[in-house]
Amino acid sequence: YSDHCPLTPLKWARQLFLINSFSVRRSARDITNMSQQAANGLPCRGKVLNLDNMNPNVRRVEYAVRGAIVQRALQIDKELKEGVKKPFTEVIKANIGDAHAMGQKPITFLRQVLALCAYPDLLDDNKFPDDSKQRARRILEACGGHSIGAYSSSQGIECIRQDVARYIEKRDDGISSDPDNIYLATGASDAIVTMLKLLVCGKGRDRTGVMISIPQYPLYSAALADLAAVQINYYLDEDKCWSLDIAELKRAVTAARQHCNPRVICIINPGNPTGQVQSRQCIEDVIRFAKEEHLFLMADEVYQDNVYAEGCKFHSFKRVLFEMGPEYSTTVEMASFHSTSKCYMGECGFRGGYMEVINMDPEVKAQLTKLVSVRLCPPVPGQALLDLVVNPPQPDEPSYDKFMKERTAVLAALAEKAGLTEQIFNTVPGITCNPVQGAMYTFPRITLPQKAIDKAKAEGQVPDMFYCMKLLEEEGICLVPGSGFGQREGTFHFRMTILPPTEKLKFVLQKISDFHIRFTQEFS
Amino acid sequence: MSALQEMSPNVRNIKQLQYVALIRRASQIKEELRQKVRKPYKEMIDVCWGDPHRAGVKPLTFVRQVLAACLYPQLVDSDTLPVDVRQRARMLLRGCAGGSVGSYTAPAGTSEIVHGISEFITRRDGGAPSYPENIYISPGSQWALQNIINVLVNSEPSSPKTGVLTPLPCYSTTISSMVGLGAVAVPYSLCEERGWELQVEELQRALESAKGVCKPVALYIVNPGNPTGYVQSRKSMQEVIRFASEKRLFLLADEVYQDCVYGDNSEFVSYKRVLAEMGPPLSDTVELASFHSASKGFMGECGLRGGYVELVNMDPAVMKYIYTLFSADSCAPVLGQFALDLLTSPPQPGDPSYPLYRQETRHIRSTLVRNVKRVFEVVNSLPGFSCQPVEGGVFAFPRMHLPPAAIHKATEMGMQPDLFYCARLLEEAGVFVIPGCEYGQKEGTYHIRFCIMVQEDIMEELLRRLTSFHTQFMKDFS
Repeated sequence: YSDHCPLTPLKWARQLFLINSFSVRRSARDITNMSQQAANGLPCRGKVLNLDNMNPNVRRVEYAVRGAIVQRALQIDKELKEGVKKPFTEVIKANIGDAHAMGQKPITFLRQVLALCAYPDLLDDNKFPDDSKQRARRILEACGGHSIGAYSSSQGIECIRQDVARYIEKRDDGISSDPDNIYLATGASDAIVTMLKLLVCGKGRDRTGVMISIPQYPLYSAALADLAAVQINYYLDEDKCWSLDIAELKRAVTAARQHCNPRVICIINPGNPTGQVQSRQCIEDVIRFAKEEHLFLMADEVYQDNVYAEGCKFHSFKRVLFEMGPEYSTTVEMASFHSTSKCYMGECGFRGGYMEVINMDPEVKAQLTKLVSVRLCPPVPGQALLDLVVNPPQPDEPSYDKFMKERTAVLAALAEKAGLTEQIFNTVPGITCNPVQGAMYTFPRITLPQKAIDKAKAEGQVPDMFYCMKLLEEEGICLVPGSGFGQREGTFHFRMTILPPTEKLKFVLQKISDFHIRFTQEFS
Repeated sequence: MSALQEMSPNVRNIKQLQYVALIRRASQIKEELRQKVRKPYKEMIDVCWGDPHRAGVKPLTFVRQVLAACLYPQLVDSDTLPVDVRQRARMLLRGCAGGSVGSYTAPAGTSEIVHGISEFITRRDGGAPSYPENIYISPGSQWALQNIINVLVNSEPSSPKTGVLTPLPCYSTTISSMVGLGAVAVPYSLCEERGWELQVEELQRALESAKGVCKPVALYIVNPGNPTGYVQSRKSMQEVIRFASEKRLFLLADEVYQDCVYGDNSEFVSYKRVLAEMGPPLSDTVELASFHSASKGFMGECGLRGGYVELVNMDPAVMKYIYTLFSADSCAPVLGQFALDLLTSPPQPGDPSYPLYRQETRHIRSTLVRNVKRVFEVVNSLPGFSCQPVEGGVFAFPRMHLPPAAIHKATEMGMQPDLFYCARLLEEAGVFVIPGCEYGQKEGTYHIRFCIMVQEDIMEELLRRLTSFHTQFMKDFS
């Protein structure tokens, strides 16, 4: 299904399965009320639903961010709790982009309004500022029965979509946004999967091909496997700070036309796992490319507030599209995605997000509207939260100062940690780290001694998984191996979040550095 | 990119809602009423969703206090809220990474809440054990159902399509989910004359009808029923289980209305419990997924999106893939997970919040029981209208015996007769209900579905308007 990738998804699945059988049996997940035969590990041929007849697409699905290494980390957590002695006292989960889990504090204003929405009796409590009450009242007014517990329309509460449209207009210097083109979703992930469900079709050589960056956020590869779409990899240029190269896009799409029907290009900006922030020129080039090759453009922009590097700026695909003039702005079909999980809010647990569709064929849009109704509606607290993100306190409002202080502090801390991470990793021989221009991760390249690579292969493990597992066992630090995101053949990476508080991050960076040196020596 | 030819056929095949025009008109009417346009009514009665809060039922105080404290933990330390509320909030927050509802949880839900659910299930089912590792929390039960159906569907283009036996009538979203995933719904008719009873002979007939069309792999049951309100007897459930075992069907038991049972002779018992009580070999082999939700029952927290599935007797190798599927979804919204915890571990006698909790739930329950009785009385007293007893669930699904002139008029207008009736009812009486054609019904029969989980005074007003409209309608078309 994928070209030029070191391991096909099916091979990855087999690797994962082998890794699972080598690692210590995960207690909880394996115990089911099953017959003795199954308990002895014999194949459950008698089962109505078994490996042979289950959806073959689902067998190809993987999601490294929560994969085998995380399961081992959870097990170690358990062992620590049970008093098992280890060289560390806690497992530091630097695998997942979850800011609050790493100690980042929620923004006060957001939580005040949400508490008021949840329990409106608090509207009489003078501990809450007036602007928070005003926002809560407005949101409740728009909810069925004035309750966040009522279903909303499947596309999302209308006045919130209007607010989102206004926010986009303001962000994009007045370029108009139609609320009817806004679809609220259960996180950006839900919207991304919905779009792919809509677009993937065809059989054999006509099967839809979807272009995605390597490295990529593995939600994309998981969704493409689930839909049996053809994954078309385009490589980001590690030597040029993970930038995107049009020649590489051309190469990938031309090769893909031999065996599938390329229809979509996905781009993550700022990037995950790479953190690169695309230049305006690059964005224009991608738009031109999408038009030339007749591709639907999916712009994943969930990290749009997370930009740290000097000289880097977030340019929304929509804005650039419209500034390129009517030849492009009336023809290129696009969807852009945003979320409440990242940026300065970090509210992953709310599952709030939206997509804006641009230049979509009206009949296709009708199908999209029909499709989202199968999900009933996105979580209303997430919709409410999104409304606050696009409607933050204004300078003349009581909560403004505190809100801005908290927001600035979060983004400043992230910027500091981004710089620190790049700096420290680049002092370690065998670790090369591109600048973390944005997002929440670093994706350094690690040089592994041949002996280590051989040892890994002998144990049936991908080399960077072998490396990360060893780091986990020896230091209690959980990262995700680069193989989970995709990388050029023969190269190895890991993804680490920059989210732990600064002191802890320094500690983690030191431990990883020390580990790398030790590892290199051990396998020299 | 051209339009419909270049789109997923699965998506194209999802049926557009029949009553879409009604939704639009209802929206317009709401706006017109806001603009004070003159109408024979001051307010629209919107009872088309199974959404208690929308219909005026109040959220449970304890639930909302706990959620507020979890959202804004300053409330945990102040004494604005009762002490048991604060204790529960503290406990729930301890289960969150970083003590925040903004963190992701484990894909299946936070471990404490999942354990709480398994304990609830064990208590509910008379001690039949429930294992936390078999439970997955999802953004609403439909989401979990979609994930399970996804695993069941055989997606190979050369293979016959996967079939799922579904009741007729059936909640339309489930059918749409199946079609969207590439499965085929194979309808088995519920027997209206016998209170919408499920008959095994009908399951057999349905199975046979699938020959040459698709390969049925699962049997989907809604108990208590939607839209029908039927509550299955233990005996019927045993027959279904035996049938599923014999025909090698995966059992999908949608039990989201389990807390809404009113019939004098009805009792909800879970499929899991009946299966466990039947003993081996059935209890060890029949593969079952049962679904529950915080959207229904007394909580009615539809907007929070909290539901779960319990998987029984699954192949452990397949379970690994189910875990991966749920993990790619990240996790269910944390507030939805909390709602499930409050559902499965409500205040107990002795807790400070218990008296109010009891009062509120009793009130909702007695309202429902009264509403059910009133609907049955009023609808059955009207000529050309009949209603089976509503034993459970939150809907009434009465049958209209429409005069030929009305059917003729509807056909002329290119509408299903019951859709025509509903359009008229909306326009002239300001009552928004859903026509039976949306759910499937026996040819030549017509129904409407409306939610009965509404405040008493609204129910009375609804019945008053319905009576007056129906009487006039029957006269106009006699």
